[in-house]
Amino acid sequence: MDLGFSAAQEEFRQRARTWLAAHVPSRPLPSLETEEGFAAHRAWEGELAADRWSVVSWPEEYGGRGVGIVEWLVFEEEYYAAGAPGRVSQNGISLLAPTLFDFGTPEQRARVLPPMARGEVIWAQAWSEPEAGSDLASLRSTARRVSGGWVLNGQKTWSSRAAFADRAFGMFRSDADADRPHRGLTYLMFPLDAPGVTVRPIGRVDGKPAFAELFLDDVFVPDEDVIGEPGQGWRIAMATTGEERGLTLRSPGRFLATADRLLREWRAHGDPADTALRDRVADAVVGARAYQLFTWANASRFRAGEQIGAGSSLNKVFWSEYDIRVHEAALDLLGAEGELRPSAPGPSTPAPGSPAPASPPPASSAPAPPTSSTSPTDWAEGYVFALAGPIYAGTNEIQRDIIAERLLGLPKGRR
Amino acid sequence: MRFLLDDEQRDFARSLDGMLTAADTPAAARAWAAGEHAPGLALRQRLGAAGVFALAAPEAYEGVGPLPVETAVAFVELGRHAVPGPLVETVATVALLSRLAELGTAEPAKRSLPALVGGGASASLTLPGTGPYALDADASAVLLAAGDGEIRLAPGHAEPRVSLDPARRLARLLPGGEVLAAGEAAADAAGRALDWAALATAAQCLGVGYALLDRTVAYVRGRTQFGVPVGSFQAVKHRLADVLVGLEFARPLVFGAAVSLRDGDRAAARVDLAAAKVATGEAAYGAARAALQLHGALGYTAEYDLSLWLLKARALRGAWGGVGWWRERVVTGG
Ligand SMILES: Cc1cc2nc3c(=O)[nH]c(=O)nc-3n(C[C@H](O)[C@H](O)[C@H](O)COP(=O)(O)OP(=O)(O)OC[C@H]3O[C@@H](n4cnc5c(N)ncnc54)[C@H](O)[C@@H]3O)c2cc1C
Repeated sequence: MDLGFSAAQEEFRQRARTWLAAHVPSRPLPSLETEEGFAAHRAWEGELAADRWSVVSWPEEYGGRGVGIVEWLVFEEEYYAAGAPGRVSQNGISLLAPTLFDFGTPEQRARVLPPMARGEVIWAQAWSEPEAGSDLASLRSTARRVSGGWVLNGQKTWSSRAAFADRAFGMFRSDADADRPHRGLTYLMFPLDAPGVTVRPIGRVDGKPAFAELFLDDVFVPDEDVIGEPGQGWRIAMATTGEERGLTLRSPGRFLATADRLLREWRAHGDPADTALRDRVADAVVGARAYQLFTWANASRFRAGEQIGAGSSLNKVFWSEYDIRVHEAALDLLGAEGELRPSAPGPSTPAPGSPAPASPPPASSAPAPPTSSTSPTDWAEGYVFALAGPIYAGTNEIQRDIIAERLLGLPKGRR
Repeated sequence: MRFLLDDEQRDFARSLDGMLTAADTPAAARAWAAGEHAPGLALRQRLGAAGVFALAAPEAYEGVGPLPVETAVAFVELGRHAVPGPLVETVATVALLSRLAELGTAEPAKRSLPALVGGGASASLTLPGTGPYALDADASAVLLAAGDGEIRLAPGHAEPRVSLDPARRLARLLPGGEVLAAGEAAADAAGRALDWAALATAAQCLGVGYALLDRTVAYVRGRTQFGVPVGSFQAVKHRLADVLVGLEFARPLVFGAAVSLRDGDRAAARVDLAAAKVATGEAAYGAARAALQLHGALGYTAEYDLSLWLLKARALRGAWGGVGWWRERVVTGG
């Protein structure tokens, strides 16, 4: 057992930290879920990519640095500790890209990955349908074979960032006669501005167009945009859900940074007599450290050639519930200020006395304090974002079924 | 960075598990609860021979340590098998006396460590801030009381009281006795003892939690109602899934704390130990509540062995400082 990093890894950490210190915007970008914010975040992806920091774990030929999983985790710690912006390219980077690495053709990788890494093409995931959420295999949108490609029809929904994104990837029923619902699905990519595609933004609970509905009316997709074999969509997509629930969607760095921020808020403004709130702050620190160490154990397993498989459902349940709890604690700590919503797009005002930690944050190997100031409205925005965690990427009810059946060996029951 | 147990550590866990499975530890725990110490003392002897108590002692005193990671491995197994007796206390005392020796007071270590390390005797102790009772003082050869700026050898103990967990017997230590250390050395050594007590208790909680989960999973797979195993009901599955999430995320905290302690990063270890104590206490207690519920009325009976872990989970949650006390240490940085 060893929690230390090699000299090369420490050097990598230092390089990332130095770059981030010089480049992270000094004021938070406008919300990712607004048109202006989307554009600002897209530009940030370009800035990251220009110095090869947008996809550090990818091979160099696609814009990465070819580093291993431990370095990726290190980078993520530094990234969030530096207060850097959220990643608008995330669907592509953490969901589509791993699928293309495993199932795509060399031509697809060469064509799709570099612009993704530069933020020039932002991807949306088009899986869910109005009648197919938890029971995803029941999806009804169709792909019909035509000369040179496929024609798509149907409706997709809840597609994150599709309001402003460029392209989407999703599953379509290509064989209505298949013997089981999850056979006969084909996985493919399509442009959101193609003829026949209508994108209708949907406001999330705070009104921001964080996702969209997609209507597909005879949309042509060429053969080269099919991922893997036609009819194999389910198997391929399930490989991606592992990524989504597993560690690549929510790296521990993000929660370590959030817990550190909360702890600093507590030390600066907390009421020592409020032991109930103190306990929740403590649990935030404990949870972030637990998640970090759990992930390091998984990373060690990966490197030893093991697969985590259904173990990614443990991850999903943990981080999604953790994220809500840590934000709830922050809002309670902020009191009246916690109710403030971010005002119209634009930089928010720094919280009174929030910078400068009184002492180094414990329980974290990423001691660099945030460079950008945080404000109460960041917590509100984070809270709204966190609320959806137990719903997307497979609801936590579905994850608990997977944990119980595949990890604990309990019998399958009626769904 | 390789945060996994190595083969030797896994083998150590497996061999302890095998030995304890064969030893009928539930019977020893029941005897211990009835005041019949012989089977528990025989177990202690075997644990000593297996090297469990040597892990906290340096080579100069017949130890092989300090080896916190291996200690955590061992205490997970001790928890899993509900082994009775002042095991955490013995390890904490070994750590305390070893530290005193390092700080220049070697005589108490020379006097007591050989028997404690070998498994021939147990120790018990009280530490500042963590409660007034010493566990199983009536079965312990060495009794230490730390507090008021000194560490002394207690001359005896008051009448033991029965704990919520019948296999734990608690007694106040009598005043007076030989003073082994005072001032900074006493505080330092008591702090070291607390580190090891927290580590061993957290690991023990984890073992208790996994034992409760394993037994409950086995039970709900076999027990049928409405014509199907109760384990096929989603309310049952989801409750057990949450228990597994709790334990699986507490586990790395225990080993992370052990590694920090081993690597001498005292500040990191303090926070990690506090985190481990909180998380394992909650996770094991959650496992106990779920186990009781999902066993139905059977879980509420004394004759069924489940009760051995059920009540221990509650007692350990508050032992060596309750979860609030440790949470305070998390936010203050240990
Ligand atoms: C912020 C956000 C972003 C999203 N982004 C995307 C995206 O980019 N692309 C995309 O394709 N989708 C996306 N989704 C959709 C998401 O994947 C679905 O919402 C999710 O799978 C649940 O489906 P549903 O909403 O139809 O709920 P339903 O499946 O109708 O479920 C309703 C409730 O019933 C419960 N339930 C259903 N079946 C069971 C069962 N068998 N056992 C127990 N409980 C059950 C569910 O857990 C849930 O609580 C997003 C959702 C949100 C909130």
